[in-house]
Amino acid sequence: MSEVDKSRVAARRALVAGAAAAMAGVLLAPGIRLVEVARAAPGPNKPGEPVSSKVRWGLLIDANLCTEGCQECVLACNRENGLDGRTRPTDSQWIRKVELKDLRSGRKASAPVMCQHCAEPPCVDVCPTGASFKRADGIVLVDRHTCIGCRYCMMACPYKARSFIHETLTTQKPEVPRGKGCVESCTLCVHRIDRGERTTACAQACPTKAIIFGDLNDPESEISRRVAQVKTTQLRADLRLNTGVRYAGL
Amino acid sequence: MSAIAIESVQTRRFWGLAAVGALVLGAGLLGAWVMEHHGHVITGMTNEIVWGTPHVFAIFLIVAASGVLNVASVGTVFGQAAYKPSARLSGLLCVALLTGGLMVLMLDLGRPERFVVAATHYNFTSMFAWNVFLYTGMFALVALYLWTLMERRMYRYSRPAGIAAFIWRIVLTTGTGSIFAFLVARQAYASAVLAPLFIAMSLAWGTAVFLLAEAGLNAWRGTRPAPEFQRRVAKLLGVFVAAVLYFVVVYHLTNLYFAKQVAFERFILLDGGIFPALFWLGYVLLGSAVPLLLVWRPAATSRALLGAAALVVVGAFAQLYVFIIGGQAFPLEIFPGYEVTSAFRDGEIAGYAPSVWEVLLGVGGVAAAFLIVVVGVQVLDFLPDETPAGVRAS
Repeated sequence: MSEVDKSRVAARRALVAGAAAAMAGVLLAPGIRLVEVARAAPGPNKPGEPVSSKVRWGLLIDANLCTEGCQECVLACNRENGLDGRTRPTDSQWIRKVELKDLRSGRKASAPVMCQHCAEPPCVDVCPTGASFKRADGIVLVDRHTCIGCRYCMMACPYKARSFIHETLTTQKPEVPRGKGCVESCTLCVHRIDRGERTTACAQACPTKAIIFGDLNDPESEISRRVAQVKTTQLRADLRLNTGVRYAGL
Repeated sequence: MSAIAIESVQTRRFWGLAAVGALVLGAGLLGAWVMEHHGHVITGMTNEIVWGTPHVFAIFLIVAASGVLNVASVGTVFGQAAYKPSARLSGLLCVALLTGGLMVLMLDLGRPERFVVAATHYNFTSMFAWNVFLYTGMFALVALYLWTLMERRMYRYSRPAGIAAFIWRIVLTTGTGSIFAFLVARQAYASAVLAPLFIAMSLAWGTAVFLLAEAGLNAWRGTRPAPEFQRRVAKLLGVFVAAVLYFVVVYHLTNLYFAKQVAFERFILLDGGIFPALFWLGYVLLGSAVPLLLVWRPAATSRALLGAAALVVVGAFAQLYVFIIGGQAFPLEIFPGYEVTSAFRDGEIAGYAPSVWEVLLGVGGVAAAFLIVVVGVQVLDFLPDETPAGVRAS
C-alpha cells in the first residue's frame, strides 16, 4: 500500500469512528437526559424503583363534614381520570356520593364511596390472571394488559367499587389508560402519587376537607393522627378486609 | 327396509341436522362478534348485573357436562352392566357440553382475544384459575376414558380411567359451585352448601340431558329404543332431582335462619317480581315436582319420562336464572341499618333484560354441543347398538 493509500484509509477510519461516536451520542443522550430528569423527580417512587411497603396510602372520610348533595369529589375524579361523568347502569363510576338515612333514628349522613383499597382484597383473590393486584404501598389496581374482562372481581367486591367498560371510549387521558372490555376502579390517583404528589383529586377538591389522603403507616401523618383521635369505621368491617379507606361519623 | 336404504336415510338426516346445528352456531358466533365489536353495552348486562344470560347457558352446559357422564360412571365404576353399552355416548356428550359451555364463557369475556393471557397467567388463589385446569383435565381424562372404551386392546384400562374421570368430575363440579361459594360479599352466594348443591344439580341435569339425547339419537338413527334402560335411568333422574330439591331447601332454610339474610330471601322467594315466579313455578313446580310425579308414577310411558327430562332442563334454566341474575339483582349491603341512595344505584334492585345478542351466544353454545354430538355419532362408533330397528336379524 502506498503512503497516499494509507492516509486515505486512516482518514476513512477517522470518519467512521467520528460518525459512530456522533450516532451513539444521538441515540444515548436523550436516554441519559431522561434518567437525569427522572432521578430529579420529587417523592420516594423513582422510576425503575419498586414502591415500598413502608407506606400504606389511604383515605379518611369524615361524614360529619361531607355535605349532602355536594358532588365536588365526583366531578374532580371524573376530570382527573377522563371519565365522562354519565351515570347510566353501563357507565363507569370510580367514586359516588351515597346519601344515608339511619333506619332507626332517621339521622342523615352523606359520604363518598370508592375502591376501599383493602389489605386483603377479594378482587385480587378471585382474579384468574392476576390482573387485579395490590401494590406494596397498599393501592389496589387493575393491570390493563392482563385483564380479560371476566368480571369475577366485580362479583367479589363487597363495595360495588368496580366498573366494567361496556363500550369504546374516546375521552381517555394519557396518564390513565382505560379501554373497552376491561374492569376498572379508583386508582387512588396513582399517577399523582408516582409523580411525587401527595394528594388525590377527590381530597384536593373537597370544599370541607372531608377527605384526607395520607400514609396510614406514618404516625406523624395527618391521616394517622386523625385516625388515632376520632372513632373511625371500615365499611363491611365484618369481612375483616382491613380497608385503606376509613370513615368517621358513620 | 334394507340396511343400505336405512343408512342412506341416516346420512341424509345427518346433513340436515348438521346444517341446523351449524346455522344456530353461526348465529351464536355472530352474537359474540357483535358483542365484541360494540362492547357489552348492547347486552342487558350492567355494572350491577355483571354476569347475564351467557353465564346461565355456560354454567348449565358445564354443570350438565359433568353429570352426563353418570351413565358411564354407573357402568364402569359401579359395575352395572346395563349402563356399559351407553358409556361411549355418555363420554361424547360430556365433551360436547363442556366445549359448548366453555365457548360461551370465553366469548362472553370483555377481551375474548386475550384467551392466551388466561392460559398463561395463573393466580392460584382464584377459583376461576383452578377451573381452567379442572376443565382441561376433564377433556383429557374423558378422551382417555373414551379411548379405553373404543379400543379393544385398551379396554382393560377402562375401569381405572372411568374411576379417574368420576373423581375428577366431582372435583370439577365442586370447583364450579365454589366460583360462587367463595364470594363472601354477596348474600346469594358465600355458602359451603353450594358445592354439594352443584354436584346434585350436575347429576340431575346431566341425566336429563342424556335421556333426551339418547331418544333423539334413536329417532335419527332409527335404532331400537331400550325402554327398560330408559326407565332405570329415569328412576335415577328422580333420585337426583330430589337431591337437588333437598340442597335447595337446606340453602334457603340456612339463609332464613340468619336475620341478616331474611331480606334477600324475601326478595328471591316472595316479592322479587320475576325471580319468585321463576323459582316457584319454573324450578319447584315444573322443574322438580312434575318430573318427580312423572318419573315415579308406576308404568310411566317413554313419552312421560322424556317429558320429565325436558322439564328438568327447563327447571334448571329457571333455577340458574334466579341464582345468577336474582343473586346479583339484590343490592349489596354496604351500610347495614341505613337506607342508601346514590347515582350508582346503591340500595336499589337492579333491572335486567337480556338482549338478543347474548341469548344468541348462549344458544350458540348449545348448538356447538349439538354439532359435536351429531358429527361424533356419524363418524365414530358412539352409539350402543347401531342395528336399525327395521332390519331383521339374519
